[in-house]
Amino acid sequence: MQIFEDSALVKCNRLSEGIYEMYLKTKAAEYAKPGQFVMVYPKDSSTILPRPISICEVCEDSLRLVYRVQGKGTREFSLYKEGESVKVLGPLGNGFPVEAGRGKKSILIGGGIGVPPILELAKALKGEDVTVLAGYRNSDLFLDKDFKKQATLEIATEDGSVGVKGNVMDVIREKNIKCDVIYACGPMPMLRAIKKYAEENGITAYISLEERMACGVGACLGCVCKTVKKDAHSHVNNARVCTEGPVFEASEVEI
Amino acid sequence: MNTSVKIAGVKFKNPVTTASGTFGSGMEYSQFVDLSRLGAVTTKGVALTPWTGNDTIRVTEVYGGMLNAIGLQNPGIDVFLDRDVPFLKQYDTKIIVNVCGKTVEEYVGVVEKLSSAPVDMLEINVSCPNVKEGAIAFGQDAKALENITREIKKVAKQPVIMKLSPNVTRIADMARAAEAAGADAISLINTITGMKIDINRRKFVLANKTGGMSGPAIKPVAVRMVYECAQAVKIPIIGMGGIMCAEDAMEFILAGATMVAVGAANFTNPLATVEVIEGIEKYMKEQSVSDINELIGAVK
Repeated sequence: MQIFEDSALVKCNRLSEGIYEMYLKTKAAEYAKPGQFVMVYPKDSSTILPRPISICEVCEDSLRLVYRVQGKGTREFSLYKEGESVKVLGPLGNGFPVEAGRGKKSILIGGGIGVPPILELAKALKGEDVTVLAGYRNSDLFLDKDFKKQATLEIATEDGSVGVKGNVMDVIREKNIKCDVIYACGPMPMLRAIKKYAEENGITAYISLEERMACGVGACLGCVCKTVKKDAHSHVNNARVCTEGPVFEASEVEI
Repeated sequence: MNTSVKIAGVKFKNPVTTASGTFGSGMEYSQFVDLSRLGAVTTKGVALTPWTGNDTIRVTEVYGGMLNAIGLQNPGIDVFLDRDVPFLKQYDTKIIVNVCGKTVEEYVGVVEKLSSAPVDMLEINVSCPNVKEGAIAFGQDAKALENITREIKKVAKQPVIMKLSPNVTRIADMARAAEAAGADAISLINTITGMKIDINRRKFVLANKTGGMSGPAIKPVAVRMVYECAQAVKIPIIGMGGIMCAEDAMEFILAGATMVAVGAANFTNPLATVEVIEGIEKYMKEQSVSDINELIGAVK
């Protein structure tokens, strides 16, 4: 069930340098699962496309979105105050397959602005054998305290100011972390490294991809990724990230 | 109040359809929009065989609009006939099938496959700026346009709309060529070729380098072109290009369009089509106009 409606911004904060959160009260929260996303519609009429933002947390009647100010649309969102009416469409996409992590040892990996959707997944897998790896640029961390409530948290920073110096793969090597399943969201170089690592070690990895989108509902075919198998829509090995994704089994996509 | 219009004997309950490529085959939007409210659904371009389309990045926003270079990814006519046509037949709306190809033979092949299909009209996409081979060449040369129109008219069982490119010196010449070759209607404008450069990476934003611009920023160009074509030909026009609301749609109708298509606005607002229809009815009420047909080309 997808909802398109005016949501109410019930809480908003700056979490870190350029990173903001907003809690939107919306019926979409009833249907949302970890790894799904919503489209958020800017009001400025010169910005005609909605912004896809991952769901960080599903609260009782609201969605917590954590996003980076990247351009005009997200800058507008960061200026909103409590009480603002925000048009939202969602939940969209398939989300992470939570069941695949039951009774298994999982690593949940987030890199940069790919960190937020990992939180709701960590909540869904609470009680299982879960390690969260979060990669940041520097000591401007965000959501780290939230993760510590859910699972073991390991941190990598590019400048080495917190945790392991380097990226999330360096943490896996340095701490010799073993697992059966990997879930990940983050920049493409990170996802490529995870895909390679998973293939070499016989691990199932689910990766959440990001791509430029226009519609968010599978109509425009803007946000495709190359797939090993024929895709459901066009049968040409180009699946829609917004609809068949954003989460794919790493072995099924060519990235 | 009468909002129904007729093109080549096909009656539409209202003058609003969707712009090809922005609405899929209606399926993706059907959970938000009652497709039976629409005058017609114009489907995403379909070719003889499945097309992979371009590499990503395929879409990007620009000021007041967007660029796209999808490259006409589509499942081919066979899947379309099996899956998309039966889906649309569940609704009380007309079906306009957008047809694309790389050679005259490919266009003709798709049109022939559609001959026994329960669809109402064909829109021939000779103006996609994002496909290297052929396609756009037919839409930028009056002689080539005339030729392909004639070939398609020979085999088409449904009325034929030729979709014109704005990326030409005189669009009225293209409209005349389509009319002379027997087109039943024309639709315009397709997207305007544009480009966006990422100055930090010093790279083209789109993998295809160029893309077709759509959205509200192109509307004045589109209205002007619809007006020029309406002055040049007698066949009906489906107007499009940056229609975001009913007021925009009325500009096109007053400029001479019999129908209008809502495109990029579907991305800005999934309910845009229905809101345009409701807005047109409200406008007619306010202006005390009982028949939409009185307004077609009524600009003075």
